[in-house]
Amino acid sequence: METIQLEIDGKKVEAERGTTLLQAARKAGIEIPTLCHDDRLAPFGACRLCLVEIDRGGRKRLVASCAYEVEDGLVVKTVTEKIVKIRRMIVELLLAEATTGPLEVLAEKYGLKGSRFKGDEPACFLCGLCVRYCAEVKKKDITCFIGRGIGREVAFPSDLARSACPLCRECLPLCPSGAWYSLYLKGYEGMPEEAGPRPGA
Amino acid sequence: MNKKILKRFDSLRLEGEKARSNVIRPGSTIIQVGSATCENAAGAREIREEFRKHIASSGRADIVLHDVGCTGRCSLEPIVGILRPGERPVKYQQVSREGVHRIFTDHVLHGQPVAELILDGTQKSGSRYEILFCRGERCGNLAARGLQARLRERLEQRGVGADVVAVQGVNFADMCVGESKFQGGHFLVRPGNHLYRVASDADLERFIDEHLLADRPVQELIVQEQPIGQNFFELYGDISFFNRQSRIALRNSGIIDPTSLPEYLNAGGFHSLARVLAAGDPDGVIAELSASKLRGRGGGGFPTGSKWQMARKEPGGEKYIICNADEGDPGAFMDRSMLEGDPFSVVEGMIIGGFAIGASRGFFYVRAEYPLAIERIENALAACRKHGLLGEDILGSGFSFDLEIRLGAGAFVCGEETALIHSIEGERGQPRIRPPYPSQSGLWGKPTVINNVETFANVPVILEHGAEWFRHIGSDKSGGTKVFALAGKVNHTGLVEVPIGTTLREIIMEIGGGCPKGKRFKAVQTGGPAGGCIPATHADLAVDYDTLTAMGTIMGSGGMIVMDEDDCMVDIAKFFMKFSADESCGKCTPCREGSKRMLEILERITAGEGREDDIAKLERLGLLMKRTSLCGLGRAAANPVLSTLRHYREEYAAHITEHRCPAKRCAALVRYSILADKCVGCTACARNCPANCIAGAAKKPHAIDPERCIKCGRCFRVCRFGAVERN
Repeated sequence: METIQLEIDGKKVEAERGTTLLQAARKAGIEIPTLCHDDRLAPFGACRLCLVEIDRGGRKRLVASCAYEVEDGLVVKTVTEKIVKIRRMIVELLLAEATTGPLEVLAEKYGLKGSRFKGDEPACFLCGLCVRYCAEVKKKDITCFIGRGIGREVAFPSDLARSACPLCRECLPLCPSGAWYSLYLKGYEGMPEEAGPRPGA
Repeated sequence: MNKKILKRFDSLRLEGEKARSNVIRPGSTIIQVGSATCENAAGAREIREEFRKHIASSGRADIVLHDVGCTGRCSLEPIVGILRPGERPVKYQQVSREGVHRIFTDHVLHGQPVAELILDGTQKSGSRYEILFCRGERCGNLAARGLQARLRERLEQRGVGADVVAVQGVNFADMCVGESKFQGGHFLVRPGNHLYRVASDADLERFIDEHLLADRPVQELIVQEQPIGQNFFELYGDISFFNRQSRIALRNSGIIDPTSLPEYLNAGGFHSLARVLAAGDPDGVIAELSASKLRGRGGGGFPTGSKWQMARKEPGGEKYIICNADEGDPGAFMDRSMLEGDPFSVVEGMIIGGFAIGASRGFFYVRAEYPLAIERIENALAACRKHGLLGEDILGSGFSFDLEIRLGAGAFVCGEETALIHSIEGERGQPRIRPPYPSQSGLWGKPTVINNVETFANVPVILEHGAEWFRHIGSDKSGGTKVFALAGKVNHTGLVEVPIGTTLREIIMEIGGGCPKGKRFKAVQTGGPAGGCIPATHADLAVDYDTLTAMGTIMGSGGMIVMDEDDCMVDIAKFFMKFSADESCGKCTPCREGSKRMLEILERITAGEGREDDIAKLERLGLLMKRTSLCGLGRAAANPVLSTLRHYREEYAAHITEHRCPAKRCAALVRYSILADKCVGCTACARNCPANCIAGAAKKPHAIDPERCIKCGRCFRVCRFGAVERN
């Protein structure tokens, strides 16, 4: 493996070619917030919390560090005034949808006492960890996204898919919003007995 | 140069010519009927059937019905063209069944054009000849203008009147092929379709003496090669909507039968492909495209040559080429029209692209809502396969390439290239992070080039006429023309193809004819739902990718929606934000949540419930979307709001602080009342009120019950005494 030199927050960092900025930063002990990232899964780039500023020959750009591969001599800033503002805004937008777990921690970090936007009820914020874990690690594709835009949600595509669920429950602890557990159980409501096993309490 | 390939192409062309002349015999009268979706919707199918019956009952074998695509003159369809041999072609507008009977009996059979049905009222003069003189505005050839004035002078001096000749100034950038340094003038003489090139007064005299007065065309002054715009100008050059346009991408639309390979060959089609294959130099093709400064017509404006180069230099193996025909912008129909009017040129562009990057397979990604376009592409692909233009060993060159069609299921986001790739792969249509770019890792992980329909349609002509000619037509930074779909509050809605760098004023006011009912032109929204609004004060902006970006909008795929004084900019911004919120794939936070919240705020403002900090909030959310969204769709979705905030901030402020809609458009902020001193009690308002909230006895002043009024504005429109007040 070829090793690459780059600079993250003023620190000289070595990383292997093909790894991402997020991995390089974390290895160097620099924390970048994420909500939709999991090392076992392919980069998704949806939550946009991991945006960092890269500087290539004076041209500055914001990129998602979870997906951007390291480059020789790249200068990366993970915390600037602009980035903090962006993260704060994203957390505030998500806070209107859900308040649990990692979001609370982030809200505290960015000094937010709730959101100026009004949400309906604490709900899923579509990080997709459950869907992608089932597809990529378990190779099962039991759940999927349906709908688009603000109508997007996680669901079982069909009774057939649901009845194929191995009930491993490994997706449940992945959920940062806490919405998946109830959605998961709700998915089994009204399912006929003979359609297969269902998750216990 | 592989002569065998060219020879094989020549025999194919001859075969085509024979097939064509069997259908349209020389000396026939041709009846052209538009056959695109838009024409059919306007009734072209019935018209065609009616003509068929008339021809059958006349028993004449020399009258031929000819299907063509659409010309892009939308508001006046169906359009019918009558081409009698040796006479100037005549086009008719909004032809009905009764119109068919009159046109057939008076004009087709007896040579008397039906004056009141003629398209845009042209050709009322009874002159024997018509001269379309290029003003040279496109290329800055000032000599042309002087020559035109001198021709008019001389005609007057010689006493050659309107009965003999009519002179019209036009712009045809595509006519003087590659002759940027020529100081002289070009004009087209109809009938006969002779293109003259004149440089001196002596030339003008000779033309008058020999051609106009003695009916002997001056062969030495006539341009021998046929420029690509000539067919179009012969047919439509007398119509002001068309004669300021430069039809390059749309060169065959409305002229040839889109289902006929022989006609496409006859119009010079596939000559570029044959030459490219004979030369066998993919790098040469890419170099030519790079030199032409052709930029992606789908909206991004990425240089096509560079894109192809990137895919070409990726190491071997399988590569793909995709035509993006997932046209989803509201009010845009460039791609549909091109695919329905001239599918072969897009196919030819794709085959050349496949050869240049080293692909052996390509895909048309077409939205399923375009059944006729799909049918025409299928037909084109089948015809090409049958004649060795697609499939194994094309024209005996050893190059094998084939195309397939994939249908889009109606998601706007699938026009984004990574989402489009997912859709073809059978995955959920949502964008992914770039890099890697599709030219490195695209469809099924292979290097893939995705270009828009219009980009491909331009490729064959660039290779035919050369990069310099193409570059010369456009602006400094981008070559060629752009097709715009002109819609909204404009008199002549339709497709407009003009050189890049043409001003908004020329497109909207001159070609488009300005706003209907004499209303004031207020703004234009460009580039589809993610484009911004440009105020009328900037009408002299030269339209180019970079000038539009600097104005806070985008070229997009070429939508242009014109707004007049009655349009509320906040309401417009809300409409487009609603579209983006609905069509966002919902994957990334800024686009999904940002569009939802921005829409909430805009709805609040137009409902008269705006808050002091709403403008600041909109701006912050808009910038967040612009800076941090995952794909181009999300990054551009806030443009309508950000640009109207930039140019029409006072309208937002009026809604929020004064609870007033300056354009009187937002229902919640408008009140209708009846002025008792003006009301004569005619009861028209009460009879038309759908809410039954207007009361009053006949011949007595009426009154509106504001509680029950739904603010539809019908009373305001029907009152003939100006008694209904709106404020």
